[in-house]
Amino acid sequence: MATFYGSRNKTMERHVLLRDIDVPNIREIDVYLANDGYAAWKKALTTMKPDDVISVVKDSGLRGRGGAGFPAGVKWSFIPKDVFPKYVVVNGDESEAGTFKDHQLIDCNPHQVIEGTLLACYAVQANTAYIYLRGEFYEPAQTLQKAIDEAYARGLIGKNVLGSGFDVDVYIHLGAGAYICGEETALLSSLEGQLGQPRLRPPFPAQQGLYAKPTVVNNVETLANVPPIVLHGAQWYRQFGTEKSPGTKIFCVSGCVNRPGNYELPLGQYTIRELIEMAGGALQGRAVKGVLPAGSSAPILPASALDTKLDYESLQAAGSILGSASFVILDESVDIVWAARKMVRFFKHESCGKCTPCREGTHWALQLYNKLLSGYGTLDDVNMIGEVAAQMSGKCFCLLGEFATSPMLSTLKHFRAEYEAFVRAHSGGLRNGYDDELIREHVIDPAGNLIAGAVGQKRH
Amino acid sequence: MAELVNVTIDGVTVAVPKGTLVVDAAKKIGNHIPVFCYHPKLKPVGMCRMCLVDIGTPKIDPATKQVVRDENGNPVIQFMPKLTTACTTPVSEGMVVRTATEQVRAAREDILEFLLTSHPLDCPICDKGGECPLQNLTLAHGPGVSRFDYDAKFHNEKHVPLGELIFLDRERCIQCSRCIRFQDEIADDHVLQFHDRGRGMEIITFSDPPFDSYFGGNTTDICPVGALTTADFRFKARPWELQSAQSICTHCAVGCNITLNTRLETRHGGFEIKRVMPRQNEWVNEIWICDKGRYVHHFTRSEDRLHLPLIRREGRLVESTWQQALQLVADTLRAADGEIVLMVGDRIPNEDAYLLGQLGRAIGARVSVSPNVPSHYADVARAFGVGKDADFKRLGRGDLVLAVNADVEEQAPVWFLRLRQAVVDRGAQLIIAHHRSTKLHRYASAIHRFEVGRAPEWVQQQAETLAQALQAARHALIVFGDEHLDGPRARALAQLLANLLLQSGHAGRSDSGLLPLYPHANTQGVCDVLSPHTALPPAARVVWAVGVGDPQELPPAGFYIIQEVLHTALVEQADVVLPSLTFAEREGTFTSGDRRVQRFYRALPAPGEAKPDWWIAQEVARRLGFEWRYNSPAEIFEALAKDVPAYAELSYAALSRVVEQWPPIGREDLYYGGTAYDNTGGIGARYAAEAETRALPPYDVTIPEPTIAGLKRGPRMLYRDGELIRRSALLRARMVSLQQVA
Ligand SMILES: Cc1cc2nc3c(=O)[nH]c(=O)nc-3n(C[C@H](O)[C@H](O)[C@H](O)COP(=O)(O)O)c2cc1C
Ligand code: SF4
Ligand code: SF4
Ligand code: SF4
Ligand code: FES
Repeated sequence: MATFYGSRNKTMERHVLLRDIDVPNIREIDVYLANDGYAAWKKALTTMKPDDVISVVKDSGLRGRGGAGFPAGVKWSFIPKDVFPKYVVVNGDESEAGTFKDHQLIDCNPHQVIEGTLLACYAVQANTAYIYLRGEFYEPAQTLQKAIDEAYARGLIGKNVLGSGFDVDVYIHLGAGAYICGEETALLSSLEGQLGQPRLRPPFPAQQGLYAKPTVVNNVETLANVPPIVLHGAQWYRQFGTEKSPGTKIFCVSGCVNRPGNYELPLGQYTIRELIEMAGGALQGRAVKGVLPAGSSAPILPASALDTKLDYESLQAAGSILGSASFVILDESVDIVWAARKMVRFFKHESCGKCTPCREGTHWALQLYNKLLSGYGTLDDVNMIGEVAAQMSGKCFCLLGEFATSPMLSTLKHFRAEYEAFVRAHSGGLRNGYDDELIREHVIDPAGNLIAGAVGQKRH
Repeated sequence: MAELVNVTIDGVTVAVPKGTLVVDAAKKIGNHIPVFCYHPKLKPVGMCRMCLVDIGTPKIDPATKQVVRDENGNPVIQFMPKLTTACTTPVSEGMVVRTATEQVRAAREDILEFLLTSHPLDCPICDKGGECPLQNLTLAHGPGVSRFDYDAKFHNEKHVPLGELIFLDRERCIQCSRCIRFQDEIADDHVLQFHDRGRGMEIITFSDPPFDSYFGGNTTDICPVGALTTADFRFKARPWELQSAQSICTHCAVGCNITLNTRLETRHGGFEIKRVMPRQNEWVNEIWICDKGRYVHHFTRSEDRLHLPLIRREGRLVESTWQQALQLVADTLRAADGEIVLMVGDRIPNEDAYLLGQLGRAIGARVSVSPNVPSHYADVARAFGVGKDADFKRLGRGDLVLAVNADVEEQAPVWFLRLRQAVVDRGAQLIIAHHRSTKLHRYASAIHRFEVGRAPEWVQQQAETLAQALQAARHALIVFGDEHLDGPRARALAQLLANLLLQSGHAGRSDSGLLPLYPHANTQGVCDVLSPHTALPPAARVVWAVGVGDPQELPPAGFYIIQEVLHTALVEQADVVLPSLTFAEREGTFTSGDRRVQRFYRALPAPGEAKPDWWIAQEVARRLGFEWRYNSPAEIFEALAKDVPAYAELSYAALSRVVEQWPPIGREDLYYGGTAYDNTGGIGARYAAEAETRALPPYDVTIPEPTIAGLKRGPRMLYRDGELIRRSALLRARMVSLQQVA
């Protein structure tokens, strides 16, 4: 299993998160226990008050790894003390294009995820944790369940853990295949068995989350950081990273590189260019054309931004976001219009339909891209893409709709000339080599002709 | 009174209660922020994004926690980085809202253009056209042209039966979820939901049978487009062709305010009712009606309507003139020597019942109500009913609702909605005693059971505990029914409950009192103005039955005068038949189960030569030598108010009073337009309960033994399977068969 992970991606002397690279078979409980496993959990239960755990995580400056980068300790401190029950929900939906870090953590170092979850439960005094995994994580779920069962068997989870008087249970829930269910409020609705659509905020999950009770939602990777922080202290953790972006972060690198995979690095130490080099450089030595730092949700950065440092602030200053740090590398062979369409199609497919601008805007935008890609587009259509995106922007109910505008707006911003060249090169509906998907969607026939009126006739 | 906060909207400052949503605060000062998903009766969801505005709040210095001020001493306003939905944002002190900026104007245009990319060009054939919020708001705020490729328009199913009575047009739906939320939050019938996602997201029903609810018709009113239509009205008329008359539903004691929409039809020989719509009355039905009230109107143009007087000649009923029929009636009554029984049904308006009663007494008749009418406790309700100013809206935390032998959703559907809100949304306590389960049981904090028909005994046994529970409550509302009770035992139940009110100190207090579940619109009124004998009358020479429907039994008599609107089975037994009018063809007043007297107005011309009951009574009276000269129900009401003490303070003018209601819903409003009609006909007035005006002694109650007849008297269901609409071949033909739905 999990042969695609390996020590070839070793980037640190000792990894904080991807410890499977340093310690073979750490996913076995005995190996994990022999390597400081559950030491933080024992330390917390026997020597720390719940608030001490919150303090150390706050002091460490650990920021959420699910995308928004909100400080985890601060989030925990919002949980009211006097309302019961409370819940910890672990976000393992991992649906952002190009993101596969939680997958490796669960597959190869599951106990660290569980230990982090337990520490969060203790910190906010929640007796129940739900780990929500994307529906496709059927096998990782089995790995994780096995690890949970082992921890129960060792008395690390369950009633009166290690004689501390603290009860805690951990459950896994598999989603049903929706990107939106990674958004924390949609996730909670989905977990409750409701339609997977985001909820109005306020109330925030910390006040009324799962079953309208105070709930902490944290990403898998965020929680995997917690055991070393509790064990070694905030100062130890801050030796990695920068003042505002402390710690290490897993970077998922994919796209046109020789060695795609997960790379754990201290935040702010390296640049995008160095990250690409670690990943074996661009394919066949081609030049990098652009980088998507957080999958399809982040604005694309042109090659001129390759020297940007890898931390929250630097990427923001460069005009994009760090998000979940799923770096998709596009080289000069990639057609930007084609790539943008793929991303727009993804959002169109994943739009939950709750709000008008995202539901209708992604559809409209995809119509325009389909028209371009089938060779019938005009410069007006290119402008229209920008207008539709601007028309959606700032009006959507949740961030998914806002994310959907970034492939459009950012590719137009940096690669407008490519759009124009595309329109000129393909005017007249010539078959262009990119249309396999369009053929599947019955927009153009195998001979490359636009099927009259076909665009938009499909119900979805 | 809630704390007030000041908010400035486009330069106009208004003080509104804390927690008010920006959209409502703006509405209060005539700034109509456009909305689709928001509805003031439903919880906000913020999904359509139509109501985006620019919202700012005073900047607070994080160090001092004080408002930052500019050089002129005005607070510095910090606007949010993005536009915000006015429907989900509560006002806060010092908030500044801008709705007239270019950014906001553009946002409205943008959202409308998006919505229209998925919307068919159906306006010319759409039932909502003419009263459609999407149409109205597009005209007011939308782009003149669409930049969306017409060929790429969305296509979807257009005639989806959601249940027997409601159709969905999937192309027209704008996914606002108002229908789902109405069913979940108001009706508590969870029968609708979204299915799938993105642009494929569509409304489905998942109940079996589909769309199983007594209140489903309301979703067609609040749907902001023509996506939901009723099987009864769809494709039957355009809204602008319709006349409207303000009326009162006659099917139960709630007295929902309705509007009858009529149109000239050649087929039925004149105007006919095309649909029934709710009319806003926040004290009665808010903006809702139940499906019985909405669909049961076809009887007004039934083939069975009586058009001419009939007289029995040689064993057969033959048509006659009014002159002949009235003379025959007068002669027969004169010759009967007072051995006359005059029976009046409880759908007869107050004025008509009053005049009939006057005549009956004048000729020495025994005046009573139909044996179907539960008249035995109307006096108890008059004495201990809810207070003059009682208001369902106020019932909430600290108050108690006691439901004894009552199936509120079946017998007074809209009261069910109101009581449910008091309990679920506002925290009133609910105690239920019944021999079976009802829908109201879902919300009860205590449930008691008694043997079938043993409600009076149960109340007597539990009197102490119940009185204590009542005493602990701020206000106590007692709703009761007479299922499995005969008249005298129902009376005992009412009296025992009245005694509980006395004992706990609630008698005569405004928001406390009895709420009887009468069967029809005017049970209380007919009993008030007639002071009828309650016992079934003995044999007589002449029985004159007015609007009694089909009672189980009539007293034996030599001569039957039947005054009716339909050719009922009873008509076959008649010696003279006098055709009268339904509520839709006349005007008058009804007194609801909570003693609110309300006016209704004429919507339709009379069929044939049928006449109102008061006219018939007056014509008979004149032939018997009484010099009555009433020209209209208004004049009769004046006489009635002088004569019936409870009605002394009422007048037609008082009943026709209109007040401003919140939320402002009605024809003129662009975004709730189509939802309900505004109330221009009067909100009615409740007369005071006797206990409010003077101290009353407790009743000395002895519970009579149950009778077989009483025990057999099953629940009076408004809704029976397969029998939603009696005598309505018309509606039945329009309903979708269940096979079709499945
Ligand atoms: C459209 C959308 C998708 C998201 N998907 C994920 C996801 O797959 N995994 C995740 O951890 N967070 C995801 N998030 C972020 C969560 O909403 C939330 O911020 C996060 O789980 C909080 O955890 P953290 O503070 O530990 O990062 C998503 C957010 C949005 C708006
Ligand atoms: S932006 Fe709107 S439609 Fe898109 S996923 Fe969020 S709530 Fe759903
Ligand atoms: S059917 Fe009407 S009320 Fe229901 S979601 Fe669609 S538009 Fe809204
Ligand atoms: S609740 Fe009663 S009064 Fe109201 S519409 Fe229904 S039957 Fe008519
Ligand atoms: S979002 Fe406010 S009205 Fe729909």
